[in-house]
Amino acid sequence: MHIVVCVKQVPDTKIIKVNPKTNTLDRRGVPAILNPYDGHAVEEAVRIKEQVGGKVTVLSMGPPQATEVIKKCIEIGADAGYLITDRRFAGADTLATSYALYNALDKISKNDPIDLVICGLHAIDGDTGQVGPGIARRLNIPPVTKVIKIDEVNESEKYIKIHRKIEDGYEVIQSQLPCLITVEKEINEVSYSPMPNMIKAARYQPVIWTVDDFEGVDIAQLGLKGSPTIVGKMWAPQPPEKAKILEGSPNEQVKEIVSTIFAEKSELFGQ
Amino acid sequence: MIEEYKGVWVFIEEREGEIAGVSLELLGAGRDLANKLEVPLAGFLLGNNIKGLANTCFEYGADEVYLIDDPILQNYRTEPFMHGASHLIRKYKPEIILYGATSNGKDLASAIATDISTGLTADTTMLDVDVEKRLFEASRPAFGGNIMATILCKKHRPQMATVRPKVMKALPPEKGRNGTVIEEKLGLEEKSLRTKVLEIVRDTTKKASLADAHIIVAGGKGMGDEKNFQLLYEFADVIGATVGGTRDVVEAGWLDHHLQIGQTGETVSPKIYFAFGISGAIQHVVGMKNSELIIAVNKDPNAAIFDASHYGIVGDAMEILPLLIQEFKAALEKSGGVMEHV
Ligand SMILES: Cc1cc2nc3c(=O)[nH]c(=O)nc-3n(C[C@H](O)[C@H](O)[C@H](O)COP(=O)(O)OP(=O)(O)OC[C@H]3O[C@@H](n4cnc5c(N)ncnc54)[C@H](O)[C@@H]3O)c2cc1C
Ligand SMILES: Cc1cc2nc3c(=O)[nH]c(=O)nc-3n(C[C@H](O)[C@H](O)[C@H](O)COP(=O)(O)OP(=O)(O)OC[C@H]3O[C@@H](n4cnc5c(N)ncnc54)[C@H](O)[C@@H]3O)c2cc1C
Repeated sequence: MHIVVCVKQVPDTKIIKVNPKTNTLDRRGVPAILNPYDGHAVEEAVRIKEQVGGKVTVLSMGPPQATEVIKKCIEIGADAGYLITDRRFAGADTLATSYALYNALDKISKNDPIDLVICGLHAIDGDTGQVGPGIARRLNIPPVTKVIKIDEVNESEKYIKIHRKIEDGYEVIQSQLPCLITVEKEINEVSYSPMPNMIKAARYQPVIWTVDDFEGVDIAQLGLKGSPTIVGKMWAPQPPEKAKILEGSPNEQVKEIVSTIFAEKSELFGQ
Repeated sequence: MIEEYKGVWVFIEEREGEIAGVSLELLGAGRDLANKLEVPLAGFLLGNNIKGLANTCFEYGADEVYLIDDPILQNYRTEPFMHGASHLIRKYKPEIILYGATSNGKDLASAIATDISTGLTADTTMLDVDVEKRLFEASRPAFGGNIMATILCKKHRPQMATVRPKVMKALPPEKGRNGTVIEEKLGLEEKSLRTKVLEIVRDTTKKASLADAHIIVAGGKGMGDEKNFQLLYEFADVIGATVGGTRDVVEAGWLDHHLQIGQTGETVSPKIYFAFGISGAIQHVVGMKNSELIIAVNKDPNAAIFDASHYGIVGDAMEILPLLIQEFKAALEKSGGVMEHV
């Protein structure tokens, strides 16, 4: 079983600056971490590997520093990591991001066919949740989003049985392998990394690819150029009007609020 | 040629034979965009035995309904839904498409965007259109709601967005309002499909949840402890409300996770929202600010929650709550004593 997990490096805090010229993120000075959902994705992949055997590969697109999150994944138990990094990937929206990741997955699968791709439900910075289903479409494999539990992985018959969260409960879905799933945080608790993994991670260097490593890639579909959406403008939402602060004793205030509610929302109180 | 694309479409999400609330809200929002652009508003609907729902779409503002009715579409699955929807979009070329930012709406929109290679703006809360350029302006909160970003899709059509539930308003239904139904075939066979829905497990306790509540009584860390939360339940009982709270309260274990309101919880828009001992952090406020009438009780006169409320009481929640319970009981008795659960 070969599982590939897509992992993204994201800024740790809410203190993110926006470059006013390009309207893109300025990540300088903001500590970067592994997207929390992707930690759960790697953990789940490792658990599947422990059950049925195989190999867990992680893949990230980002700046050279994203090597750090790949190391973190090795700590959790991944076997190998790939980083695709190139200025020509920069400024990608979700369509261009899924195209870049697809090219890498396609190349990885040439040597080592992929049975399952796992993504996080969403990345805490861009927060769209659109990249996973996009990759699935490009690989022409079925996507199942919002997975909260893996019931069964059947390698010989090539299917997987999973629980998918919906608004008022969950669905039990059977999907052929290969497929792509995106996972919710509640799927597992990320366990503590055993010492040998930490040692391996410290020395680990991922395979690094640039655009030139992808044969036949269409450069026009990458990065800012390949992105149909652009951030038009960023603006601070209007501060709301201040509340009318009531006066008088607590008793008087409560009386006033109750009569206000009855006056403004009479339809709720059978009048 | 992007000029070929005309009209505003809304994905009509169906659950157990009913149209999801968010789809009706989006017909309301879509109506506004379609009027500005002077084009028809359409709903598109995929499912099994769903033709009867077209009339509801007309009543809520649609001029046209595109539909595919096929047993394969009984339950939502990405691939057949994407296949059917992409076919409709390629053939009839709408310029704008709205989807509810629900489990299935987000899933479907993401797949379609890649399939037809166009832009998709996620989790929007404000929609507008530049009529002259026929450019859709979809805005979404970014970085925890501290900033709004307007996303544009200039060179690709359709221009698509998922929209958070409970942000837009449905129009009042107009009985007998009519429109055109355009039907297409799916053209897939079950045996060619790669996923199966084996079972759907619905949690009925969650159904009577925040999303449907007309009155919400929310508590924050200022309630002091779990025991004091009883006061909230008591008050909620008297006025027929549902209890919710902040993330900090959920993390403290005073409240179940599905009752969290805010950016990482539920978005709500009840008719009345009470906030007791809630500081008013932006991540909480984005989830409740669309409530019709917001009343906050906080002992700190400078608490940010007062900037997001209509009325404020500066005081101790544990003192105010018993008074409120007493006053409401008396007032309800006078007015006939019954709460109308509309
Ligand atoms: C304010 C703002 C708003 C934006 N709004 C939109 C928008 O509405 N529509 C749009 O198309 N783009 C938008 N973008 C761009 C978007 O953030 C980027 O395309 C980003 O590269 C991927 O999207 P995401 O962070 O939303 O990922 P998500 O789709 O939320 O990520 C889901 C999963 O995909 C995988 N993944 C995502 N990125 C990578 C990566 N680089 N390497 C490896 N795995 C990855 C991970 O498993 C992750 O958990 C916006 C950007 C900003 C700054
Ligand atoms: C990425 C991210 C996502 C988040 N998502 C959410 C979310 O979805 N929902 C959410 O709610 N939060 C969310 N948060 C957390 C949010 O930032 C706040 O920390 C949280 O909302 C604060 O909860 P609180 O108001 O209950 O507690 P506090 O901030 O501790 O406020 C307590 C308030 O009670 C008042 N008080 C104290 N005693 C009394 C009394 N006796 N009577 C009356 N008032 C009293 C105090 O003056 C204070 O204003 C998120 C944070 C992050 C970083």
